[in-house]
This record gives sequence, C-alpha cells and structure tokens, in this order.
Amino acid sequence: MKMKLISATSALATLLSIAGPFAAQAQEPIKLGVLEDQSGDFALATIGKVHGIELAVEEINAAGGIDGRPIEIIAYDTQSDNTRYQEFMRRVLQRDKVDVVFAGFSSASREAYRPIVNQFDGLAFYNNQYEGGVCDANMIVTGAVPEQQFSTLLPYMMETYGKKVYTIAADYNFGQISAEWVRQIVDENGGEMVGEEFIPLGVSQFSQTIQNIQAAKPDFVVTLLVGTAQSSYYEQAGAANLALPMASSVNVGQGYEHKRFTPPSLANMYATVNYIEEVDTPESKAFVEKWHAKFPDEPYINQEAENSYAAVYLYKLMVERAKSTELEAIRGVIAEGDICFDAPEGEMCIDPKSQHTSHTIYLAQVTEDHSIAFPKVWESIQPYWLGEAGCDLTMEDPSAQYTPSSPPPAK
Amino acid sequence: MEFLYSIFSFLYQFGDAFAFLVLSSCGLAVIFGMMGVINLAHGEFILCGAYVSTSAAHMGLPLPLAIAAGSIAAGIAGMIVELAVIRPLYARPLDTIVATWGISMIVTQGTLIVLGTTMAGSGTPFGSFSVGAYSYSIYRVVLMVMAVVTLAALWLMFTKTRFGILARATIQVPHVAEALGVNTNLIYSLTFGLGAALAGLAGGLYAPTMTLVPTMGASFMVEAFVTVVVGGADIFLGTAPAAVVLGLIKAALTSWKGQFAGQIGLLVAVIIVIRILPRGISGKILKERA
Repeated sequence: MKMKLISATSALATLLSIAGPFAAQAQEPIKLGVLEDQSGDFALATIGKVHGIELAVEEINAAGGIDGRPIEIIAYDTQSDNTRYQEFMRRVLQRDKVDVVFAGFSSASREAYRPIVNQFDGLAFYNNQYEGGVCDANMIVTGAVPEQQFSTLLPYMMETYGKKVYTIAADYNFGQISAEWVRQIVDENGGEMVGEEFIPLGVSQFSQTIQNIQAAKPDFVVTLLVGTAQSSYYEQAGAANLALPMASSVNVGQGYEHKRFTPPSLANMYATVNYIEEVDTPESKAFVEKWHAKFPDEPYINQEAENSYAAVYLYKLMVERAKSTELEAIRGVIAEGDICFDAPEGEMCIDPKSQHTSHTIYLAQVTEDHSIAFPKVWESIQPYWLGEAGCDLTMEDPSAQYTPSSPPPAK
Repeated sequence: MEFLYSIFSFLYQFGDAFAFLVLSSCGLAVIFGMMGVINLAHGEFILCGAYVSTSAAHMGLPLPLAIAAGSIAAGIAGMIVELAVIRPLYARPLDTIVATWGISMIVTQGTLIVLGTTMAGSGTPFGSFSVGAYSYSIYRVVLMVMAVVTLAALWLMFTKTRFGILARATIQVPHVAEALGVNTNLIYSLTFGLGAALAGLAGGLYAPTMTLVPTMGASFMVEAFVTVVVGGADIFLGTAPAAVVLGLIKAALTSWKGQFAGQIGLLVAVIIVIRILPRGISGKILKERA
C-alpha cells in the first residue's frame, strides 16, 4: 500500500515535471493591446471595433489560440482624446509589454500615437478606413484607403449624376487629405469642384453650409463628416429639402447614419464600404448571426468592426507562419506577399509594399426608406497608390505619411 | 428680385444663428449670469431635455408636449443637483467649476453606459419652403420664434411676477431678502431649476434636428458660454443683444468663408468684448444707467 502511494506520487511528480514547463509555455498568452474610443464623440463608431476584436479572440481561443497560445486582451478606453492615445500607447508598450496593439479611430489619434510605436519599435494595427499614405513598417492598416474608395465611388457618381462636385469635410488631417483626393480624382475624370468647405469637429449647426451648397448648385455633395456632432448635417439638410445625391467614404459605413436619422434624409447617399452588416452574402449573414449571438444589443456592425475582427485573424496567420511575435519575423512573412484571410466581406490580403490591405468594395446606396441597395461591387481592389508612388516597406522604412501633393521623394 | 432673395437668406441665417445662441444660452444666463454658478453641466441639462423629449415623442406624445416634458425633466434634475451639490458652493464660485464638471462627466458616461451610444431621432417636422433658389426648413423658423418667445416670457417672469422679483432680490442681497421673510433656499432652488429647465427646453427644441448622443451637450457649450460672457449678468440687456451681435458676426462670416471662419469670429468677438467690456454688454449698460 505504502509502496503504491510512493510510486503513484513519484509518477505524478514525474508527470508534472515533464508537463509543467511545457504547459506553462503552451499557455504563455499573446498580449493584444486594444486602444479604442469607448467613450466621447467617436464612441458610436468604435465600440463595435472592440466587440469585433473580442469576438475574434473568443473564437480563436476556443479553437486553441495562436499556435497553442491563448490571446489576452489588454484594453484601454482612449475617450476620443488624442493625448489619451499617447499615454496608453506608452503604457501598453512599456508596462504591459504587449505583442501587438490595435489602435485608433481618427487620423489625428493615429498620428498622435504613431511616433511612440516607432520609438519602441512595436507593431500596431490601424483597423480603420482613412485618408491613406502611411508608409510605416510598424503599422499594418486593414481599413480601406482613398484609391479603394474614391477611385471607385467618384467616377460612378459623376457618370450617374453629373460632373459638378461640392465637398464638405471635417477640418483635420483626415478631411483635408481626403478632400485633396476628391479634388484630384474629380479633376482626372473631367469634373469640376464647385465648392469645398471644412467643418471644425464638434460643429452641429449647418444652416449656412446648406445654403452655400444650394448657391453653388453642385450635381452631388461629397460628405466627409466625422463624429456624432457633425452627422446632424443629414437631418438638417433633409429638413431644408436640399435633396442632392451624396457620396462618402466615411459615412454610412462608419456611423450608420441611415439607421439613426429619419428617412428620407439620407436618400441617395452612396458610400463605398468594404463591409456593412447589410452585405448580402452567406459569409456576411453567418458573421452577423454569430455577432448578435455574442452581442445581442449591438446597434450596427460597421466596416471598422469587421476590419478589427479580420485583423485578429490576419495577425494569427502571420504569427503562426512566422512562429514568432517579433516584428522582424512578421515583416518577413508579410514580404512573402500571400497573407490572405477570407473575411466576412470576401478575401483580404496584405500588400507587402505598403502593409495595407486589399478589399472587396461595395457601393452602398441608401434608398428612400433608408434600406441599403448595392448597385455595384468591386472585388479585390488593391491599395496600390503607396506602392506605385514609391513606398516599399520591404526595402526601407521611412515611417512617414504621404499625400498626392507630397508623395514619397523620387529616387 | 435676386437681391431680395439674398436679403431674405441672410435674415434667415441670422435668425437661425440668433435662435441657437439665445436658446442654448438662456439657461446658462440664469445659472451663470445671474446666480454666478459656473455651470459646466449646462450641456448635460440640454442632453436631458433632448433625450426625455425624444423618448416622449417616440411614445406618441405630440411634439410641443414632448418638448415641455423634456424641459420639466431637466428642471427637476436641476433642482436635485442644486440641493445635493450646488447649495454649499454659492460662496465658492470656482469650486462650482469642478463640481459641475464632475456632474457633466458622470452624466455623459452614465448615459453612454445605460442608454447606449445613440438614440434614434424623432425627425424634423413641418417640411420645407422655398424662396428663390434656396429652400429652407420651416422648423428652423419655429425655432427663431421660440427664441423670441422665450426671451419675452423670461422678461415677463422676472419683472412682472412675484417669483421674479423675489429671485432678483435674493440673488442681489440674500441676507436682506432672508430678513424680510423670503425663503431664499427655495428661491435659489427654483431659480437654478428654471435655468436647467431652459437648458432642457433648448435640448427639446433642437433634438429633432440633431444627432442624439451622450456627448451632444458639448456642441452647445461654446455658443452658450460665449453669449453669456459677452452679454454679462442681465438676460435682457445682455444675452439678447449679445445674441444679436454674435448672430450677425457668425452668419456673415459663415456665409463668407465657411463654418471655420464663423467659429473663429465668435471666439475673437468674445476676446475683444472681455478686453473692452469686462462685465459684458449689460454691465456696460447698467453702469451707465447708474
């Protein structure tokens, strides 16, 4: 009896001594920092991004994690405040020592934290559509960029409604640079800009703007409005019976204005999105279903939520192939050029030159009763501009942002 | 004809800016201008009015009653805040900044947590009309009328009613009023409630035209504080003329160079006014009269 106990104990001890370090190693989690605006002016569009990350992490962990390692989320609420981004970016990289950070909604916040990611040589995902041009090896961008959204949207609008264009845009780097893209693409397609107005963030009264638009008589209006205050424009333009077609790279797909305002204030709004919950494919429907199973009260699943979800899977693919979370190893994998994930929208692939992502672009049209029609779909639209302009992250890392008027320096 | 159309359009834009300045600042003029409480939770009383009136409208109440319900709810909330937080702070105006700022943050975040990121709007009623090449929202004309009605009603209340006279006496010399048998605590509470109710009225009136989110109060704050600071302590000699002047500046600059210029114009105007009229327009008028 005594012998048996001893042998059993020693067997157990042997077992533990073998399994111990192995188990500890297997369970060493991969730390994923999440810096998103869960309160403040942008919260409406970004809480879904956090949920997307949570959903993907739950699925991946249930299926055994990344190479057997579970993912641990370390999330901070950045409160729609750029200084919070800097503060929390330092915290996740220095104190929490995360392997990767998913961060940022507004372009101002991304530019606020990007130097810190460079300083600590971290890896950050920006899962948001934006004005394009960030050529930075520490950044992977899963959101859509102007060459994906505007070079599809604007020619369609100009063919359908006419060549006179009026832009109203949020007055910060996103709106200014996006408006520059609009100007350039309208010009390339033989159109004319009849007006342009930049609206400070937080402005909510648009009476005079509406009248300026009426005075300029455009064929359609490009709305690049950001934040909840500015989205009051639609209600006020609708009430004043402005009734012009609208085009946007950022509205509907982000702030689901068609759900929030009474019809028909957004009728004839066209937005190029890489995903919204109305996308009518079996993959999308399954995605919406499992989302609502986990978050039954989610008001809307926007494109940035899907980007964030897909980004976790893209990261998983890269780490599994690199067998490491080290930045150099991951960049080596990206350089192979075939990191692709079958996202709910369709296939997303990471472009090695710019570390941006190819997308299926859906033209979403808001109808009179605010349901969504998709008159056109473009498959696997590449984020080509940076690569063509001379950004090649497989060769060098300038950590800079370029625009059409200030492209990468010629070699 | 073209000229008349532009005149009308400018008047409409001026009226629109004027209405927004008056309605967003009336409540603050009572609480900050008269009572001296630097109320950073002003936007949250507006939020309260907007959310309550929109919920009431969703429940089927006609819009005027819904707006009244929003205003009353904000007024009651104001009296509770006054009783619980503001009352010990009348002698410490700077501390009211911190206290009301805290209330503002708690309410904004609490609304976000309890009611979610947004509330569906009730839609702007009444449709639109056209003058010349431009079309206008009828509801915004209603807002202009309401701004004037609100000013008139306040004037009547503060000059012709017993409550108005007691309120002014209490705020001017509280211990004398008290010695004469006025229940000053009650008057303070009612006056603060009135200010909050006016903020709630602004929220209820503007709710159909705006996006309803927990941070919506913030978009009224700049205009409200600028108007009250330019106007000074008196609502009729201060807030009303300040709203006229600022409305002209804002409408002219916005039509000339866009929203950005309009915002800058407002802020430059307040800097200039503080420099040459430290007590605002009404301070200047009252001093000359005295």
